[in-house]
Amino acid sequence: MANNYEFTPEDLKEIETIKAKFPEVMPATLPTLWVAQRRFGHVEPEVQHLVAETLDLPVSHVHGVATFYTQYYKEKMGKYVLDVCTTTSCQLCGGYDMLHYLENKLGIKAGETTKDGMFSIQSVECLGACGYAPMMQITNDVYVNNLTEEKLDEVIESLKADKMPEFESVGMPQHTERS
Amino acid sequence: MSFDWKSYTPVIIPDIPNLHEIDVYTKNGGYDSLKEVLSDDWDPTKVVNEVKAANIRGRGGAGFNAGLKWSFMPKPDGGPRYLACNGDESEPGTFKDRKIFEYNPHLFIEGALIAAYAMQCSAIYVYIRGEYYSWIKMMEKALKDAYDKGFIGKNILGSGFDVEFHVTGGAGAYICGEETSMLESLEGKRGYPRVKPPFPAQKGLWGRPTTINNIETLSCVPLVIKNGADWFSGIGAETHPGPVLYGISGHVNRPGVYELPTGMPVLTLIEEVAGGMRNGKKLKGLIPGGSSTPILRGDALEGVNMDADSLREAGSMMGTAGMIVMDEDTDMVEMLWRISHFYHHESCGQCTPCREGTGWLEKILLKIRNGDGEIRDLELLIDLCSQMEGRTICALADAAAYY
Repeated sequence: MANNYEFTPEDLKEIETIKAKFPEVMPATLPTLWVAQRRFGHVEPEVQHLVAETLDLPVSHVHGVATFYTQYYKEKMGKYVLDVCTTTSCQLCGGYDMLHYLENKLGIKAGETTKDGMFSIQSVECLGACGYAPMMQITNDVYVNNLTEEKLDEVIESLKADKMPEFESVGMPQHTERS
Repeated sequence: MSFDWKSYTPVIIPDIPNLHEIDVYTKNGGYDSLKEVLSDDWDPTKVVNEVKAANIRGRGGAGFNAGLKWSFMPKPDGGPRYLACNGDESEPGTFKDRKIFEYNPHLFIEGALIAAYAMQCSAIYVYIRGEYYSWIKMMEKALKDAYDKGFIGKNILGSGFDVEFHVTGGAGAYICGEETSMLESLEGKRGYPRVKPPFPAQKGLWGRPTTINNIETLSCVPLVIKNGADWFSGIGAETHPGPVLYGISGHVNRPGVYELPTGMPVLTLIEEVAGGMRNGKKLKGLIPGGSSTPILRGDALEGVNMDADSLREAGSMMGTAGMIVMDEDTDMVEMLWRISHFYHHESCGQCTPCREGTGWLEKILLKIRNGDGEIRDLELLIDLCSQMEGRTICALADAAAYY
């Protein structure tokens, strides 16, 4: 089957490094899907075929893995995917308010993508940032903590200018208190 | 308990600037415990016994003595043996291991190396949830630095001990925090928990002996070697000792991760450590150790301490010490419905009672939440839960039924 997707030589080199970590090739499935998603922005069936071919594994296996894990995009998404956490601690601290604010601001619902292809919104399960609720993650990358409407406005503006927010290091309150 | 928590000095995440850098870590005594166990004074059995005596109860939720777990590994037969470090940290309310990756990664690396020596493992894998991309990068950097300094690889510090150490990431699946599901995921498959027995110590990664430990658990190991098992077991609660990372979230003034001894009174943690309830509200409920531990009523927390025995008496568990605090305005049905959605979403689908049961829990709770609940729905919920508990391969269905 002709494939519209191709790994770059750098990708292939990275995949070789990944394979070297394990005694078998199958464990490279998840990391290689990551390489593919970071390259193409999704792992649609054609990309799954490419991963299977590259690793010489059955397509059914790669498909099974890609569909099991939520972070792999099985269809094209917006350039920036806003994953708003709405599980327990975030729910208690206004996660849904933040989600609805974003939905109104961008004119789409969770699970949808803006017409210009810039933004997708998802309501997601616990991201492990419970003390900094409400929070969201942008396109499987940086965490944005302690969200407010103002903070969301700023983030959206900066993303429109193709600028990802910086990683925020949240220290131990115990430390700052004593110093 | 008259313990003065303010005078406690953190040891898992001490207040030392830039401790994540290997040079700062080594200047502060880092990797000395590794050097110590690799010296002629120690052998693997002695390390296992020391850690067993310290009684480090697993910080990932199960609370099992780490050294005892290590002792279940069969005798070396010349083939590969593995240590798999669980950094999946997906339990709602839990956000502590990422603090170790960020602020003291080498303590964890050192602990894992000592564990690998004690169990004579040939390779270590650390599995970190895919969402923690930023922290995966931090661990990759820390591991590279440790390789460069000769703490990992062939003939470590001239001792003749060889071990490889790799970091690998998940891709969004709560279930991969269950230890055998994590092994499946590490092997590149869907994260379906395995039927036990055989236990991982007999048949783990690629069918070889494997031990799985939580990141915080392993981070305690260098401290035990450095200060002795008696020091460790003398901290905090007698039957559940040591320093622990409490992750406090929800309706408190100062949420965050705090390192303190086990056995801290729950109310001290909420009212003093975390700065009390937001807006002066009353405490309605507490989930003490991540969403899978049963919720406790706010008016029944007097005298309850954060250790396995005290929490069991109160009707819950220590779990991951990820405490979710709820104030009087919390809509408990709304909260319950959302967490049932979580378990339904995260059920791997392997066992029918869980796959179907979590879905029905969510549907019934949604019905009640929407105001259409009937008394018989409560009976149905209880009946449903009794059909789920203990009837599945892993504990996800139990967790869904307990909350």
